[in-house]
Amino acid sequence: MKPKSFSYLRPDNLLETLQALQRFGDDARIMAGGLSLVPMMNFRLLEPRYLIDISGLASLAYIRETPAEVEIGAAETQAKVLAWPNLNKSLPLLTLAMPHIGHFQTRSRGTVCGSIAHSDPSSELPLCLMTLQGSVVLQSADATRVLSAGEFQIGMFATARRPDEMVTAVRFPVRKPGAGYAFFEMAQRQGDFAICAVAATVSGSAVRLGVGGVADKPTVRDWPELADGEIDDALNDFAWDLGGSDDIHANAAYRRDLVRKLGRRVIEEARKCSN
Amino acid sequence: MLELKAGERHPIKFTLDGVEVRGFAEPRMLLSDFLRHELGRTEIHIACEQGVCGACTIMLDGNPARSCLTFAVQAIGRRVETVRSLSPADGKLNDLQESFRRHHGLQCGYCTPGILVSSEAFLRDNAKPSEKEVREMLSGHICRCTGYAGMVDAILETAEKRATTAAS
Repeated sequence: MKPKSFSYLRPDNLLETLQALQRFGDDARIMAGGLSLVPMMNFRLLEPRYLIDISGLASLAYIRETPAEVEIGAAETQAKVLAWPNLNKSLPLLTLAMPHIGHFQTRSRGTVCGSIAHSDPSSELPLCLMTLQGSVVLQSADATRVLSAGEFQIGMFATARRPDEMVTAVRFPVRKPGAGYAFFEMAQRQGDFAICAVAATVSGSAVRLGVGGVADKPTVRDWPELADGEIDDALNDFAWDLGGSDDIHANAAYRRDLVRKLGRRVIEEARKCSN
Repeated sequence: MLELKAGERHPIKFTLDGVEVRGFAEPRMLLSDFLRHELGRTEIHIACEQGVCGACTIMLDGNPARSCLTFAVQAIGRRVETVRSLSPADGKLNDLQESFRRHHGLQCGYCTPGILVSSEAFLRDNAKPSEKEVREMLSGHICRCTGYAGMVDAILETAEKRATTAAS
């Protein structure tokens, strides 16, 4: 339950951070809040030789809104984002989803980008990013590239990030006028990892449902139209296609059932909120 | 850039409950272990070491933090507070602690220091919490004696009393 030995680096700016990554590559890990990384180090699932602490980098602790997107920097905590006055107006899905992330005591240090970089298949922010079709900004000492959420997260704890890159920001598209949003999750305890999490957006007749905690990464399905009588069949197909597996928290059949039940619930709720 | 090499003990200096403290730690040393084993602060209770149980919760620069998910080297130059910072004087309890005692908000007491630190931070941000909000906040802690009802009462009563005092 103690981490393996590592060297600790606290860069003074982004450039130093990227240079350290370029030097140490796969031997290094970026730490922001450490809420996901340090447990994995304590369990020795991860044994980085260099830990690069960016939690104090003020230049990465920001929320920036443009008419199309909200960009959140790598050092911005979940607590700050939850307290951001525009959150409900611009990103209503996050207002609904973020209270499910950990607890008051962990959101104070856990970051939005860290959660997305960690890419746990059952965590809320990767699901929201995927459902809203947001993007991830990856920077190395040489270049910057922007990947869509779907290009970024390729599997369970697996992303398209290269060893010399870090996630410097994520971008969430702002609320579409008239669209409705809903989120729900089933967990054993408030703040625990979701057994199944669902996020729905409804825009006109179009319905989109994102599901986390079932497949190896958050998965989204779109229906251009979905009549009331078709919802059950559509959700049943989706639930089987997700191919969930058994673990100590729930078996695959229960997870499929949650997709069917919770999926309907959030689609109906999102419809009520849309106009 | 601050660079602290693996396997070497580095000087650590920070403010603990208003007093400057010093010690030595390797980068891998958790802040929880540093507080307990280097500084003898046994009010830091360690249970899960994965951030789930909340027993080791402290305040880092005024915000609640799991000391088992923080490295001692991260505390360099910062402000750390434990449950001791709550008491107004040695051997005295503050109003929240008194309220916990009155409402039997603890049984074995193992989870209590972390819960008191969290509750104090929570009340600072949310002076008039609802019962639901208090319960949600407490979901960040595990009490295996399952004595949550008394804690909820104690926190709500403290909030109410503080609001009355502030108004008068």
